[in-house]
Amino acid sequence: MPARWVGVMSTIGLYALSIAVALGLAGVLVSLTGASPLDAVQAIFQGSLSDASALGLTLDKAAPLLIVAVGTCVATSAGLFSIGQEGQVVIGATVGATVAIYLHGPGPLVLIVTLFGAALGGAAWAAVAALLFYWRGVPVVISTLLLIYIAYQVVFYAVTQPWFLMETGRNVAAPQSDQIRPDAWLPRIGEYPGLNFSLMVVIAVVLAIGTKVVLDRTTWGFRLRMLGLNRNAARRAGVSAVLLGSGALMISGAFAGLAGGALLTGGNHRLQPGISENVGWDGLLVALVARNNPVVAIPVAFFFGVLRAGGGFLASTGVPRYIVDVVTAILVLAVVFPPAYQYLRREARARRLARSLAKAGGSA
Amino acid sequence: MIESLALILASSLRLATPLMFAGLGEYMAEKAGMINISIEGMMLAGAFSAILGATVTGSPVLGLVFGILAGVMIAFVHATFSYRLTVNTYVVGLTLNLLVLGLTSFLLDTLDLADSQLSKFEIPFLSDLPLVGQAVFNQRWPAYLLWILIPTVWFVMYRTRWGLDMRAIGENPAAVDATGINVLKRQRQGLLLAGAFSGLGGAYLSVAEVGLFNQNMTAARGYVVIAAVIFGGWTIKGTIAGCLLFGAADAMRLALPALGFTLNAQLLIASPYILALVALVVFARRSRAPAAYGRPFVRGLT
Repeated sequence: MPARWVGVMSTIGLYALSIAVALGLAGVLVSLTGASPLDAVQAIFQGSLSDASALGLTLDKAAPLLIVAVGTCVATSAGLFSIGQEGQVVIGATVGATVAIYLHGPGPLVLIVTLFGAALGGAAWAAVAALLFYWRGVPVVISTLLLIYIAYQVVFYAVTQPWFLMETGRNVAAPQSDQIRPDAWLPRIGEYPGLNFSLMVVIAVVLAIGTKVVLDRTTWGFRLRMLGLNRNAARRAGVSAVLLGSGALMISGAFAGLAGGALLTGGNHRLQPGISENVGWDGLLVALVARNNPVVAIPVAFFFGVLRAGGGFLASTGVPRYIVDVVTAILVLAVVFPPAYQYLRREARARRLARSLAKAGGSA
Repeated sequence: MIESLALILASSLRLATPLMFAGLGEYMAEKAGMINISIEGMMLAGAFSAILGATVTGSPVLGLVFGILAGVMIAFVHATFSYRLTVNTYVVGLTLNLLVLGLTSFLLDTLDLADSQLSKFEIPFLSDLPLVGQAVFNQRWPAYLLWILIPTVWFVMYRTRWGLDMRAIGENPAAVDATGINVLKRQRQGLLLAGAFSGLGGAYLSVAEVGLFNQNMTAARGYVVIAAVIFGGWTIKGTIAGCLLFGAADAMRLALPALGFTLNAQLLIASPYILALVALVVFARRSRAPAAYGRPFVRGLT
């Protein structure tokens, strides 16, 4: 067997091993509850893939994750690690709800403006982080993280103020906005009760492929990647780090905001403080697992969608649905482990080689 | 008025205590250039394990020990992934936070946990002082550990070789590496210590302050702690002051409506984060942050 194949096989083996360990751990946890892990897997399958309506639910759950992930890929390509997608999703949903409730006009127009507004809202929220970074050198990780928790309060504020978005005929226990007009809801594709899913699924896939093309095949994408790979080289080549970097951050924010708009117009149809359902966090994880490749993010987001859709079904087997979050997190760790481990081994081998060479040189 | 002031003071201090424990650990980690995002997970794991330990052993003191160990365990995983292997520290930290949140919520639904609380210890005479007496000198006893830990952390960071290494790593890891010190090993050690302190903070929250564990009990307090260290301009004094301030903001949120004031609750909840952002804007360029702040150390040309 050629040496190249040995390398490939050992990579695949390492991935398989670490994913197996991750799933094994999850299985042990499920056994703790007294349920059988097989039943849990079956429940997840039933809730997510077993029939057309379950599949539609999975696609609906995967679409916002994919949109967030694609945006994350753009920012990461520019070498900026933003973790504030969750906040941008929430702000996007808030701006979207404001537009959808206060704008009068034909339904489709309201829907388009709502989605645009949501994207702009997310972009503006990301722009704060970009501004702080390029103006004062505030680390993007920290500012975006802090902005999430400010965003949570902004949405809570919005739905508790009568002059703003609070539901008419107030309900203080569970604050939320009024329902948005049904003619401004995202249209659904397919037929009920067969396979049907939100238009957002199509938009998400188109965005993923489009972003991949833009990143790989355009001058702008090339500059962006150059900036991410080597700031100094990029600057020498005349790339403006400030313009390009803040642009990438804002695009990432716009995608997250759009995902918030999708959750609003395609799912809840009203603004609630918990509208994001951690879509921002999980979307970020999708991008990480997909190693910042928007096209690879499509199957990864689908898989996360399976877990999310199936998680709701788990409760019937007596396994708390939180197991889905645990499995997601363990899997992420299992996927990031092999390349890092191989890197470390290569380093160690190189060091050993250098040492033995040095020794040989000394004796000669 | 005096009475309600004393009450607010007491509740501020009570809410600030877990933050201060974790803040000391985060301070050490940040001095060595690490932004330890997984502090939230460490605190949450500490809070859960403390109650779990107290349930299993029947002793809340052992629960506290369990909490510390849980924090160290999270830190160990994080350190192995990010500072032995080279996985991005934010990726690992974030994933660990989600993992701990999911795991503790899952186990809370699965296991039967007993309520368990450490006793208060009233320091005679001092606790009779007006205004501050009850607040400062009548607390759950682990709170007094702070009086030992704060000077200890100062001593370790500013009077030992190890502390010097840590601070130097925060400023210029390449230079430290060149002197033959294993940078990643020091960072791993710092992270483990941060884990112990954060675990203690979380354990204090559950087994001392509240006496039980709720789902997502720490509720982003870990991030408040990061904010407190930044707000404090990377000094011990400042970190403690930041924790006290954010504890007070939390206390105000609970107390103001009762006192008849109407200040916007959302603004108060968001205030630690807003203040931290403002502090970052002010401090970030004043070179008070460690020079290598948040940048991973990779041996080679820079």
